[in-house]
Amino acid sequence: MSLKHKMKNFFRRILDWFIPVGKRSAKELSKGLVKENPTLVMLLGLCPTLAVTSSAQNGLGMGLATLFVLLGSNIVISLIKKAVPGKVRIPIFIVVIATFVTIIQFVMEGFFPDLNRSLGLFIPLIVVNCIILGRAEAFASKNNIYYSILDAIGMGLGFTLALVLIGSIREILGANKIFGMDLVPGYEPMGLFILPPGAFLTMGLIIAVINKLKQGKKD
Amino acid sequence: MALGSLFIIAISAIFINNFVLIKFLGICPFMGVSKKLDSALGMGGAVIFVMTIASAVTWSVQKYVLDKHGLQYLQTIVFIVVIASLVQFIEMFLQKSIPDLYKALGIFLPLITTNCAILGVTIMNITEKYSFIGAVVNGLSAGIGFTLALVMMAGIREKLELADVPAALKGVPITFITASLMSLAFMGFSGMKIG
Repeated sequence: MSLKHKMKNFFRRILDWFIPVGKRSAKELSKGLVKENPTLVMLLGLCPTLAVTSSAQNGLGMGLATLFVLLGSNIVISLIKKAVPGKVRIPIFIVVIATFVTIIQFVMEGFFPDLNRSLGLFIPLIVVNCIILGRAEAFASKNNIYYSILDAIGMGLGFTLALVLIGSIREILGANKIFGMDLVPGYEPMGLFILPPGAFLTMGLIIAVINKLKQGKKD
Repeated sequence: MALGSLFIIAISAIFINNFVLIKFLGICPFMGVSKKLDSALGMGGAVIFVMTIASAVTWSVQKYVLDKHGLQYLQTIVFIVVIASLVQFIEMFLQKSIPDLYKALGIFLPLITTNCAILGVTIMNITEKYSFIGAVVNGLSAGIGFTLALVMMAGIREKLELADVPAALKGVPITFITASLMSLAFMGFSGMKIG
């Protein structure tokens, strides 16, 4: 066999290994953003979604805090998955998640006291966010650490995107602002949208639009 | 603690700061279990039951274990473990001693561990610095407020089944919009002056 042939074979083998891994990586990373968006499509983690989205900034803060906890718990759970007995896995997962939530609580208190005050109760409540336990149970406990990290980043960003989207809509309509900056001068905002009823209304309308788009695809 | 302040805690938790409609705690069961009136009542009963007991237990844990030894930073972890084991314990206790109640509430109990309203009310008891009785009353009334919203929603949704709703709004979206209107009505209570 000539050298050229050997080289060719060698590269083909690398590509054969790399292409499926690359494809799968792209899939695990991107599925959380749109197709399996945890908030808007799967309807998980609704409490923080509705409660903290009175402004885009709060939504962003909550999204990133959840992303951190999700990343930490996915990494640890995919590492310990073989050591965890099946019967007590849920309590163990919850303790792992609670540990990361405690860490983020301290980080928020220390570095972002204002954001911490406006998110309030919902920082410790990240523990019971069903997205995190859901990913632990459905993904991290079955896949290796590399894909678990990608899954966490994708799902976390999908959650963050949804929160920023809802927060922006509510802030623009309800306060005539975006990320705290004034928008149209002289426009009287509809205060309802930053109040609790506005959260339910915005969420309902967004899901209706998604349903409409899905139906359009089917026809 | 004076009876008056307990009354204020109760009214505030049931109406003014309704857990579901104003504070957004426990939205998942609110959306998931509100299709039928029967199951809404069962879920509500289970939540009232667990919330009251969890309030009493976590308050005592905070006061006599965490505060005493300066371990406040473990609050989140300890509370969630206490609630999870409490739910398990209540389930076993009901199964053995009150089988009738177990039959009514049984299937809803496992769902409750990850209901954020329970963890929410126990943490709130601590941050609002309620006394023991105050915490128990707050837990009980928060559960009643949750049940009130859930049962009202189930009643509306049973009627909604028959209504002619635009295709895109069917199911979840119309439920959210209904919740929005209910929340608007509950905001009326925030003008109420008590005490």
